Amino acid sequence: MPGRTQGSGSGFRMYRPGAGDAAGSGSNHTEAHADSDPSEIALPDDATVDLSTDLAGKNVEDTLARLDAELIGLATVKKRVREIAALLLIDRARQRFGLQADRPTMHMSFTGGPGTGKTTVALRMAEMLHALGYIRKPKVHTVTRDDLVGQFIGHTAPKTKEALAKAAGGVLFIDEAYYLFRPENERDYGQEVIEILLQEMETERSSLVVIFAGYPDRMETFFSANPGLSSRVAHHIEFPDYTREELLAIADVMVAQQNFRFGESAAAAFDEYLAVRMARPRFANARSVRNAVDRCRLRQANRLVQEHRPLGKADLMTLTTEDIYGSSVFGDRVGAAEEAPACPTE
Amino acid sequence: MQLRQGTFSHLPDLSDIEIGAQIRYALLNNWPVSIEYTDDPHPRNVYWEMWGLPLFDLDEPDGVLAEVNACRSTFPHHYIRVNAYDASYGRQTTALSFLVQRPADEPGFLVVRTEPEDRRQRYGLRSYATDVRAGARYRD
Repeated sequence: MPGRTQGSGSGFRMYRPGAGDAAGSGSNHTEAHADSDPSEIALPDDATVDLSTDLAGKNVEDTLARLDAELIGLATVKKRVREIAALLLIDRARQRFGLQADRPTMHMSFTGGPGTGKTTVALRMAEMLHALGYIRKPKVHTVTRDDLVGQFIGHTAPKTKEALAKAAGGVLFIDEAYYLFRPENERDYGQEVIEILLQEMETERSSLVVIFAGYPDRMETFFSANPGLSSRVAHHIEFPDYTREELLAIADVMVAQQNFRFGESAAAAFDEYLAVRMARPRFANARSVRNAVDRCRLRQANRLVQEHRPLGKADLMTLTTEDIYGSSVFGDRVGAAEEAPACPTE
Repeated sequence: MQLRQGTFSHLPDLSDIEIGAQIRYALLNNWPVSIEYTDDPHPRNVYWEMWGLPLFDLDEPDGVLAEVNACRSTFPHHYIRVNAYDASYGRQTTALSFLVQRPADEPGFLVVRTEPEDRRQRYGLRSYATDVRAGARYRD
C-alpha cells in the first residue's frame, strides 16, 4: 500500500504522502522532525515544532508556487487557498502534540462568470489537499446534473451513489449546481440528490470534498433554497472577471504554452482586439481568449498556406498583426462596411 | 462451524479496514467488484443473489464499502461475499471472492447417505440451516 495511514482505529484518515520514505536524522529532545512516525508519541509540552521540516509543507509550497505562476489574477482565491494550506499545516503540527481537533470542513462553493478558472482552481485545490493529507488522492471527478439525477423514479439514488463512489477519496466537482434543484417542477428528482449529498457531506468519516460551481446570482438562489447545504459549505469563494491586462497576460501564457509567440506589435493588436471584444455580449473571459488564440492560429495557417513559399520555424511560430486584425470584430472598422459580422465572437 | 468458502475463509473474520484494503487491491488490478448474498450455504450453491449491479470504474473502496454496509443492514442474517472479476483475455473469471458477513450461528452440514441399485453408497451434503425455509434461516 502506498504511504502510511495514521492510527489503527480511524480507518482511512490523514494519508501522509511524505511520511513513508522520510529518513529521520537524530532527533533532539526539544525539537522533533515531522517525518518520524507521530501516531504513538505525542510531543512534550515544551517541545517546538519547525513547520519548515514538514515534508508536506514543501509539496504545498510547490503547489502554491505553481498556482501563482500559472493562474493570473484571482487574488482572493489565492489568498483563501493559502489560508487553507496554513490551516491544514497547523493542524498537522497540532496532531504532533496530540491536540486532536475536529476535521475542518473543506466543502466549497466557487461562484463566478464563465471562463474565470473555477475548474482549474478545483484541480489545484485537490492537489493541495492531497499534499496536506486531507484527501487520499489528488483526483477531481467532475459531474453535472445529468450525472446525478435519474430519469425515472429510483434511478437517482444509484446514479448519485455511483458518482460519489467514483469521487471517493478525492474531490467531487459539481458544475452548474443550481440545476440540481428546480423548485418549480414537482416531478424533479433533484431534491433527492441534494439529500444524498447532505448526508455524505455531514459524515465525519467521509473522505470526500464537494465543490459546487456556478454563476453567482443563480448559486445564491440555489443556496437560499437549500439552507442545509449552504451551512455545510465552509468556503464560499468568488471568482471575479478578469481585467484587460490580466487577459493579455493570460493570452501571453497560452500562446507560449502552444509554442507560438506574438510578432512585433501583435501584442498591442491583441490588446485592441480584447478592448473591442470585451464590449460585446457573451464574453467568457479566459475561454474567449483561448478561442481567439485558436482563431488567430487558423488565420495564420491560412495566410502561410496562401503564401506558397518555403516556411521556416520562425514563420510557423509567429502570430502577426494581420492574423489578429483579420478578426471580424474589426469588420466594421477595416473597410468591409456593407457586411456586418455574422456573430459577435469572430 | 465456520463456513470455509472463498478466499481468507480459514482466517478470522476480516475487519472493515482489511476488507477495504482487499477491495482496493482488486480495484487497482482493474477488476470490477460485485456483492452477492445468500442464506443457503451448500458448497454447490454457486450463484448467489446479486446485490445491485457490479461496480465498474472505481479506484477507491469507499463506494463498495457503503454498498456492503447497506447489504449488511438489509440482510443481517445472510452470508455476503464480495467478488472481483478479471476480464483480461485468457482469464475472464472471478479473480477474488471472499466472505464479508456470516450469520452469527452456523449449524453445519449433515452427510446424507443414499443407496441406489446394488447397495452402492451415494453421499451428499445437507445443511441443517436448510431445514427452515429460505428467509427465515439463522434467525436468533
